[in-house]
Amino acid sequence: MPKKNNFINQFMVDIRVGRFLATRDLRRSNIWTTSLIVFVMMLTFLNLVVVGGILVGLIQGAIDAHVKYGTGDLQISPLADRSAIQHTPQIIDIVKQLPGYKNHVVRYFGGAQIESNYRATIDPRTTRDMVSATLMGINPDQERIFSDINTKMMEGKFLDNSDVDSVIVGKNLLAKYTPINDPSFKNLKNVDVGSKILITSNGVSKEYVVKGVMRSKVDFDMAVTMVDSEVRRLQNQTDFNASRISVHLKPGFDSARAVQQLLDMGVGEWARVQVSMDAIPKTVKDMKDTFDVLGMLLSVIGLAVSSITIFIVIFVNAITRRRYIGILKGIGITHRAIEISYVAQAIFYAILGSGIGIATVFLFIKPFIAAHPIDFPFSDGILVADATGALLRAGVLIASTIVAGFIPARIIIKQNTLSAILGR
Amino acid sequence: MIKVENLSKIFRTGELDIKAVNNVSFEVPEGQFLMVTGKSGSGKSTLLYQLGLLDTPTSGHIHIDGVDTDELTEIERTRMRLSALGYIFQDYAILPTLTALENVMVPLLMLGEHKEEAERKALRALKRLDMGDRMHNLPAQLSGGQQQRVSIARAIAHGPKILFADEPTANLDTETSMNVLQAFLDLNNEGQTIVMVTHEVDYSRMGHRIITLADGKIVSDKIQHPN
Repeated sequence: MPKKNNFINQFMVDIRVGRFLATRDLRRSNIWTTSLIVFVMMLTFLNLVVVGGILVGLIQGAIDAHVKYGTGDLQISPLADRSAIQHTPQIIDIVKQLPGYKNHVVRYFGGAQIESNYRATIDPRTTRDMVSATLMGINPDQERIFSDINTKMMEGKFLDNSDVDSVIVGKNLLAKYTPINDPSFKNLKNVDVGSKILITSNGVSKEYVVKGVMRSKVDFDMAVTMVDSEVRRLQNQTDFNASRISVHLKPGFDSARAVQQLLDMGVGEWARVQVSMDAIPKTVKDMKDTFDVLGMLLSVIGLAVSSITIFIVIFVNAITRRRYIGILKGIGITHRAIEISYVAQAIFYAILGSGIGIATVFLFIKPFIAAHPIDFPFSDGILVADATGALLRAGVLIASTIVAGFIPARIIIKQNTLSAILGR
Repeated sequence: MIKVENLSKIFRTGELDIKAVNNVSFEVPEGQFLMVTGKSGSGKSTLLYQLGLLDTPTSGHIHIDGVDTDELTEIERTRMRLSALGYIFQDYAILPTLTALENVMVPLLMLGEHKEEAERKALRALKRLDMGDRMHNLPAQLSGGQQQRVSIARAIAHGPKILFADEPTANLDTETSMNVLQAFLDLNNEGQTIVMVTHEVDYSRMGHRIITLADGKIVSDKIQHPN
């Protein structure tokens, strides 16, 4: 027991002396050197959080957009053997009773041929400017409440509920915005806002005016959007059974629980009910999984690079102070106290660097990217960085700093005391 | 207090063996002020490094206060340097990021003294060497003589059994050197055992005893006046 107590007492003394030396070293070291080390630590932290965060954010941006504009927090779609959601009006009534219900949209889909130069094709030598596309029937007022999809117009204006003769064309359907030189994929060549296009669906044709061009980076970009009554008319649909019902819940409400509640109320007999993550396209989900792995890989590489960086910084610092360490050993300061002093300094650099890094991420970079998303072809990339993840990375960085700070100190301390003092 | 038996330190440089200390034996009783002299390269500093446990001899034995230092582990040697020995270096070897007071406090803290007690003892040691008014100065703000006095204060603050001084006046002017030597004499008069290396003949006469080295061997061992 006395031996154990001696060890603890000596350890406490080592900590006290190590802290004494570390605080004085930090207080009186060159401000520029300290700033440089802290700056390197901050960059290291940013490398850990931001690089992976942006990579994951590119696909998370796509998922967020699908949830925001497409699926909502939960989505109701037709059963596998049905083309529409049965008893849509009743389901909507039930949905509105859900705890946490915020808003919803009802959409009607159909297939159609879109033709732009139909007036000129009387001349048989003229190539028809025609493309197949999805028709998306919406309630414009509902959509405005559901999301800000109405702000995603590249040209022209969003629909009003009374726009029965107008449509919005997704940018991918127009060669002007998506130039593709591939015979298997066609888009319309001479269509602008104000152009007239002929839409044929289910054997019914009608001429519409293009009111606007949309760039949403979700399904709207591949579709022709019109008011829902027009889709139902073109499809000869006499009931109100829709293709999709997307529901947003208030913050804090669990979508999985809401789905279960709908199923408990029998909605599952008439339609398929899914949480957003189950409803988004599989390609997006697969990409998310891949990007998560890549993000993790980048974090691991970033951590290895940061550990080496810290090691080099502290090693150089320790090498330049070899004589200092020699003197400490010469006057009887224990190895452990000297090591603690170096590790304490390394922890200080890591905590300060991570702290500034966290502040930079959450006060500047994340809000900036949220306000100015990265314009990626299939998404508006955001920075995925939550407090837990950032703190975890800061913790990992501090832990690796302890190791990276300890090793060089140990290497220098192991050298001959006299040689270190005499600088030979 | 110190017993040296057949002590040798050999430096191997390629094929050549340099015997810096060559089969030296002597004893230093408690309270003695021993001067080790010799020309440059005679091995006096090397001998002091072995006695001060800063280096390990190639062969032979050093007993300090009855302890065979060969038997000590590195940790125990460090502990002995801290608790029983005081070492004054030729170039002061004070820590540049610590004030005069903090430099003197460090070994005391390492001995387990509380900060207030360490501060009190350090200040007492500094005042003894007329450095009380410079206690908050960093080494860069002190002259060579002042730095050496801080170094002496650091070496004596914890009351070591033996004080080793390696040419402590080598970088100082005559007046400052005399002040430093007077400090040693005062300490010795209070019973402090001192082993000092110097190449200055005049200064060496201030000790009780002079050991003269040449080519690593003792060529003379004179008691000038008993302690």
